[in-house]
Amino acid sequence: MFDGDLADLLQKIAAQGTLGLINGAFYAMLSMGLAVIFGMLNVINFTHGAQYMMGAFAAWLMLTWLNIPFWAALVLAPVVVGLFGVVIEKLMLKRIYHLDHLYGFLLTFGLALVIQGLFQFQWGSSGAPYPAPITGGTNLGYMYIPTYRGFVVIAALVICLATWYGIERTRLGAYLRAATENPTLVRAFGINVPRLITLTYGLGVGLAALAGVLAAPIYQVSSLMGANLVLIVFAVVVIGGMGSIMGSIVTGFGLGMIEGMTKVLYPPASNTVIFVVMAIVLLVKPAGLFGQTR
Amino acid sequence: MAETLLKVNDLQAWYGESHILHGVDFEIGRGELVTLLGRNGAGKTTTLKAIMGIVTARTGSVEFDGRETVGQPSNAIARQGIAYCPEERGIFASLNVEENLLLPPQVRQGGMSLDEIYRLFPNLAERRRSQGTKLSGGEQQMLAIGRILRTGANLLLLDEPTEGLAPVIVQRIGEVIRTLKSRGFTILLVEQNFHFAATVADRHYVMENGRMVDTVSAAEARASLDKLQAYLGV
Repeated sequence: MFDGDLADLLQKIAAQGTLGLINGAFYAMLSMGLAVIFGMLNVINFTHGAQYMMGAFAAWLMLTWLNIPFWAALVLAPVVVGLFGVVIEKLMLKRIYHLDHLYGFLLTFGLALVIQGLFQFQWGSSGAPYPAPITGGTNLGYMYIPTYRGFVVIAALVICLATWYGIERTRLGAYLRAATENPTLVRAFGINVPRLITLTYGLGVGLAALAGVLAAPIYQVSSLMGANLVLIVFAVVVIGGMGSIMGSIVTGFGLGMIEGMTKVLYPPASNTVIFVVMAIVLLVKPAGLFGQTR
Repeated sequence: MAETLLKVNDLQAWYGESHILHGVDFEIGRGELVTLLGRNGAGKTTTLKAIMGIVTARTGSVEFDGRETVGQPSNAIARQGIAYCPEERGIFASLNVEENLLLPPQVRQGGMSLDEIYRLFPNLAERRRSQGTKLSGGEQQMLAIGRILRTGANLLLLDEPTEGLAPVIVQRIGEVIRTLKSRGFTILLVEQNFHFAATVADRHYVMENGRMVDTVSAAEARASLDKLQAYLGV
């Protein structure tokens, strides 16, 4: 009888852990974009959640107004929102790099409120459904998972690893890493660093939008979807270590699973467990799990 | 003097409120090796940074290969064929040795290949996968010089490449600089170590308080030793 209970508990933990991976996929994608932007711009992009929401909305509007299917929106929406990011960088962010961090916070946080306010004004906050592009489910043995959600986990892994590879193993990535350390010298080698910064912000924002498109069929498309998520994502970034790409990926997926499992072991803590982990990590390793103290 | 490659005229530069260069004039011919001598704070490094466009608050004229560069951003100046090796070396910690070497983009034809650079600096070849800042001071200096040889730039600005290095390494750097000169590079070398400078240079310019105060050719250098010692305050 006891064996049966234990098997049942393990099965529940495994199932919730797997579901947690789905949330973790979004934590990983979003915190990675934040890490990339922070590394290069030295700005904590509080607009990230709003840009994620814009990605989801872009896909939804493309579908409802123009009948553009999900798979095309998966490419188009991040490009459109990424270009929006480029405009923001050129018009506003560019002017505050030499100022204290606080100004970056005020600007990006204010922008997030404005953007979310505009979307809320136009479309309310109740949310609209987006049909799943892959229907059906898959039996994993210990649980039954909608195929689309499995796809999201794999897609997020691919996106994260591709981004990591691009930054750690390519020539463009070497420019990014070097410019993060010493932009003046990199520029004196003939590299157009201001353009590199604009491009980085556009890519980071595009990543947030891509996560938003992937999220649309799972969560509702709503004006506040990013505001709720972004708080957790900031905790993930802090735990992983500011600016660390691999840290964001590992911590994102890991915390998603921990959060899922907590729903089985002690449900009341499931909303706060990430912040408890954050507090512990900050006490033991103030620079975060993968962070380097400079 | 050979055909002029770099012509600096009434160059003035500022760091914020402080006026550092008060009208610097000098010329370098193609293939020449010229040093800037002077005490700490004379404006030698600032002169290099103003030529490179790293110090942006500058007036006057810097003509490179007949084209005016004052007013252009440093990335555009680098693209015309000037390369800069900073005093603090500027090795990137997040890049390994080979990534550091490959970082500056090629701006012109005719740069050295990676193999040639490794032949010049065998230590770097051995440590190509090491993190750039894990190298010894001498190796980091070699990396900082090697890095700008690939790009095809024909004017090299070297800021105190011998600073803080052991005599045997200084000698090695001297050999490298002579090799580079024989390969046709034009070099502007900032130095405080006159004895080192005297072994490599065609000509010495002496700076004081942000101005050029004297020019001494290599032939005159031995005879003018006392005067130069006085300028350098040693």
